[in-house]
Amino acid sequence: MLNNLKNHKKHIFVAFSFVLAFTLLIAACAPGGGDGGGAGGEQKIRVNINTEPFSLNPGLANDTTSGGVLLQTFEGLTRIGKDGEPENAMAEEIEKSEDLKKYTFTIRDATWSNGDKVTAQDFEYAWKWALDPKNEAQYAYQLYYLKNGESANMGKASVDEVGVKAVDEKTLEVTLENPTPYFLELTAFYTYFPVNSKIAKENPNWYTDAGDNYTSNGPFVMTTWEHNDKIILEKNADYWDNETVNLNQIEMIMVNDPNTELSMFDNGELDWAGSPMGTLPTEAIPSLKKEDRLNIEPIAGTYWYKFNTEKKPFNNVNIRKAFAYSINRDAIVNNITKGGEIPGMAAVPPTMIKENEKGYFEDNNVDEAKKLLEKGLKEEGYGSVTDLPPITLSYNTSESHAKIAQAIQDMWKKNLGVDVKLSNAEWKVYIDKLHNGNYQIGRMGWLGDYNDPVNFLELYKEKGGNNDTRWHNEEFASLLEQSATETDEKARMKLLKQAEEILMDDMPIAPIYFYTNTWVQNENLQDVVLSGLGDAQFKWASLK
Amino acid sequence: MFIYILKRLFFMIISLLVIVTATFGLMRAAPGGPFTGEKELPPAIQANLNAFYGLDQPWYKQYFDYLVSIAQWDFGPSFTYKGQTVNDLINNGFPVSFYLGMEAILVAVAVGILLGTIAALKHNEWQDYGAMIIAVLGISVPSFIIASVFQYFLAMKLGLFPVARWDSFMHSVLPALALATTPMAFIARLTRSSMLEVLSNDYIRTAKSKGLSKNVIILRHTIRNALLPVVSYMGPLISAILTGSFIIEKIFGIPGLGMHFVTSITNRDYTTIMGVTVFFSILLLVSILLVDIAYGLIDPRIQIAGKKGD
Amino acid sequence: MSKQHINIDDIPIESLELVDVRADDAEKITRPSLSFWKDVWMRFRKNKLALSGVVLLILLLFMAIFGPMMTPYNYYENNLEAVNEAPSAEHWFGTDNLGRDLFTRVWEGARISLFIGFSAAVIDLFIGVIWGGIAGFRGGRLDEIMMRAADILWAVPYLLLVILLMVVLEPGLTTMIIAMTITGWINMARIVRGQVLQLKNQEFVLASQTLGAKTNRIMNKHLIPNTMGPILITMTLTIPNAIFTEAFLSYLGLGVPAPLASWGTMASEGLPAMRYFPWRLFFPATFISLTIFAFNVIGDGLRDALDPKLRK
Repeated sequence: MLNNLKNHKKHIFVAFSFVLAFTLLIAACAPGGGDGGGAGGEQKIRVNINTEPFSLNPGLANDTTSGGVLLQTFEGLTRIGKDGEPENAMAEEIEKSEDLKKYTFTIRDATWSNGDKVTAQDFEYAWKWALDPKNEAQYAYQLYYLKNGESANMGKASVDEVGVKAVDEKTLEVTLENPTPYFLELTAFYTYFPVNSKIAKENPNWYTDAGDNYTSNGPFVMTTWEHNDKIILEKNADYWDNETVNLNQIEMIMVNDPNTELSMFDNGELDWAGSPMGTLPTEAIPSLKKEDRLNIEPIAGTYWYKFNTEKKPFNNVNIRKAFAYSINRDAIVNNITKGGEIPGMAAVPPTMIKENEKGYFEDNNVDEAKKLLEKGLKEEGYGSVTDLPPITLSYNTSESHAKIAQAIQDMWKKNLGVDVKLSNAEWKVYIDKLHNGNYQIGRMGWLGDYNDPVNFLELYKEKGGNNDTRWHNEEFASLLEQSATETDEKARMKLLKQAEEILMDDMPIAPIYFYTNTWVQNENLQDVVLSGLGDAQFKWASLK
Repeated sequence: MFIYILKRLFFMIISLLVIVTATFGLMRAAPGGPFTGEKELPPAIQANLNAFYGLDQPWYKQYFDYLVSIAQWDFGPSFTYKGQTVNDLINNGFPVSFYLGMEAILVAVAVGILLGTIAALKHNEWQDYGAMIIAVLGISVPSFIIASVFQYFLAMKLGLFPVARWDSFMHSVLPALALATTPMAFIARLTRSSMLEVLSNDYIRTAKSKGLSKNVIILRHTIRNALLPVVSYMGPLISAILTGSFIIEKIFGIPGLGMHFVTSITNRDYTTIMGVTVFFSILLLVSILLVDIAYGLIDPRIQIAGKKGD
Repeated sequence: MSKQHINIDDIPIESLELVDVRADDAEKITRPSLSFWKDVWMRFRKNKLALSGVVLLILLLFMAIFGPMMTPYNYYENNLEAVNEAPSAEHWFGTDNLGRDLFTRVWEGARISLFIGFSAAVIDLFIGVIWGGIAGFRGGRLDEIMMRAADILWAVPYLLLVILLMVVLEPGLTTMIIAMTITGWINMARIVRGQVLQLKNQEFVLASQTLGAKTNRIMNKHLIPNTMGPILITMTLTIPNAIFTEAFLSYLGLGVPAPLASWGTMASEGLPAMRYFPWRLFFPATFISLTIFAFNVIGDGLRDALDPKLRK
């Protein structure tokens, strides 16, 4: 017994020291103490960017998170200014040829954050690098406007044949495939940003971390990048226009939960919560609105339902229209989404075409919808609504999509007497389903890449690609073709509007609403510039 | 014993191979790929990307390449974060999840066993019912609800803890508690139940009648034997908790490993799926081996090694 | 490891002499089992807490059946003029974000959640006990293979499995139950195996084995009853697990399609609304907790009632 007890004590001792060692181990890998938050007077702000950016190499970036960082740290030939129009940035002077196919940019005296000069070669290098098929640039197609851009990327032409050439250090000559009236908007986009070619040539992995190799030419430089945790940007003393820049530091944290984001904002740990960098919880929007804290700004984006025009009964235009007309968009926007969205009765958002606020048809036009449905049923030989094949509305899993789908399901039942089933799926499964034409009605949205209606219309030009509706209309396609070579801005707009009218008349898609950005912000923070495409620039921002 | 462990290691490698193969198959059979997106890529770019990542190779070649690189502990580049390797993701995320998980396990085991013991000793008294109510709440309210409730009341309303992020010990308290609740409740229930069982055993009665003091009885006999189901449960628990929880990391903005288990799959980030699965499997298989060894330490009558000549 | 104790498999069978045993009543030195359930019921009835659990469960079942009929509303019809209204005389539990009556929806959801919770628990129990029991009792290589198979299932990413199931099978209740039980039984199997490993070398089991009892009989008469405690506890964990896994599966598109929603789905969707419209979280979460509470006290009562050592 005694022996046993002793033994037992030994056991306890061993267990105890184990626990002790454990505690020490834990203490050893405890997270390091962070510094407290900066006060308002220091011109430091904190924002949430939700997730780790895909890549901070402008040539590789293909997502809004990366874009949101790059827009602060880099600068292209142009920059979208406070008024939403492109203004000269790295380019000091821009000359266009008569046929709008040739641009000559003169690069201003500017340096990279390590003191290297920004040269025309840096642009040429960056663009050709992105187009080179052996570099895995997903957004290379943003550069297809350049002459031979597409064929070089497909490996059909050499990269040397691409229409970009550094004549000397200061002069960049760009040749385009087609006259592209919005080309100077494109040069403000991150795929068109320059890259410090000296460093990039020596060190192909220059972009994976902050440090000496990561140089940039924009208003801010990245000084810290803790992966999946935070990024710290500091004012770039070498920036050519650094007198305009007021903020000393931007801390970008990565918290991917809307409720936490808002809580941190309410707790004074963030200066901005919500779009475009983060997300507001949808449930909070009504109360934020009531408290008069919510900011709303329309952006270039459309939320729409696609009809599969090869699947019954949506091969019939009148049935498609009946479904589209009988949606009460006003009720959805005012009672469900509540973020100031604009009911959508057109494909192109009103930030690009002002008149589209009214749209091409009447919202919630139940009488007309019933008539159209009757007509459609007759044309297809259905006796009544009950003879329709079973109809399923698909959406990708998300609370807000589910809400809208359930509301529309209810509207179709009440207004048309049609029973529609709902089916949701995980994002990639869903995309796959849509791209393979394995659906009847599917939810989708489009956010503009650049500020021009053609970005929304060309989606439906050809079957395949992004056109899951499998709809094709010769006249529509030829109007778009014509617009591509039209150099007169007004005439071009007219062609695009005609095309949109055809689209809305044939209704392969039923637009629901136009997106908005919603956010709350520190009241002392001013002059953050949001573009119509929904991105934010901090170049001019300051804390009062 | 040594031979037994060797044998187990052999089985572990076989299991790992099966897991890798099954995951590879499932992953490839799942619709969509790493580059499937709302804005469909032009076929030319798609082809470039496939060539870059070796996805244009026949599947068996890709499979064997995976096996070789996994054997070298090289999981390849991440598809989701350009320029980071899967090894980077694990090396950055695991220490965080490990720290949080250890804290949670310590709380769950300590409080769970304590609650369970009290409940068993005071069977059908108020202490028993009190512990029971705590345990039932812990079991029926999942961690993500607990996390949100903690975050709102303890951090937002009372200001006792930071709302989120990963900076100091105080930052880890709420997520660790949220993570610990369900296992704690379950351990409390298991402990109570098996202690009641053991307490009614003849040898305990014998011990009592021999006049051993109550505390010694509890320590010497009951807890030790009652711990067995708890230990059975610990194997999978340890590996799951140490590799992080997606939902807790999301709610508290913690840069751990847990998020990769979910996001790698939703992104079809093939290399990351493989990497984290292999990592998790090794932890799981090792902790289950430890559990089996622990059985023998707790109750020497248990012989896991099976027949002698086996 | 101790080499002294007797391992039944170590005894060469030739060295044993078969005493006169009739095949059908080997080791039947128990009381007639006729009174067994009567006995259990007697003891169970005395346990007030356990009885209250039964009453609670009956009430919940009653409401699941008749609750939706008690209001003039149905679970799917929207009323966009009355979204997110607090509980009132008109809407006893308030309304949700599409203006639907929560009382109706909660009881409609109860049908799904109770069904899922119960069937998942029963299936997991069935597979888990058999799997863990055999692995633990037989031991050796069979144990190794069976348990490693369980580990493999456990380690393969569940989300991937579910995504594939979704592609292969039609969404619905059956698919959901399949998805849930694929891995649901593993915890049960592990715990049962651990218990059986411990019990099988205890004197009374060895005794009955020496007396020639068949494996089945030893399992049913000795091993399983003595493992009842942990089994019932594990089962009560399976139920909330199933309820929330169902919500997760529905989220992925594998479960019941909207507008139908289970308690788990309602609670998950109500969570982000906690600060603004707390009733959307409170009601489903409370009923989940009450259900688990009922199952727990019933489980405890059963454990006490079934405990062979308490049968005097």
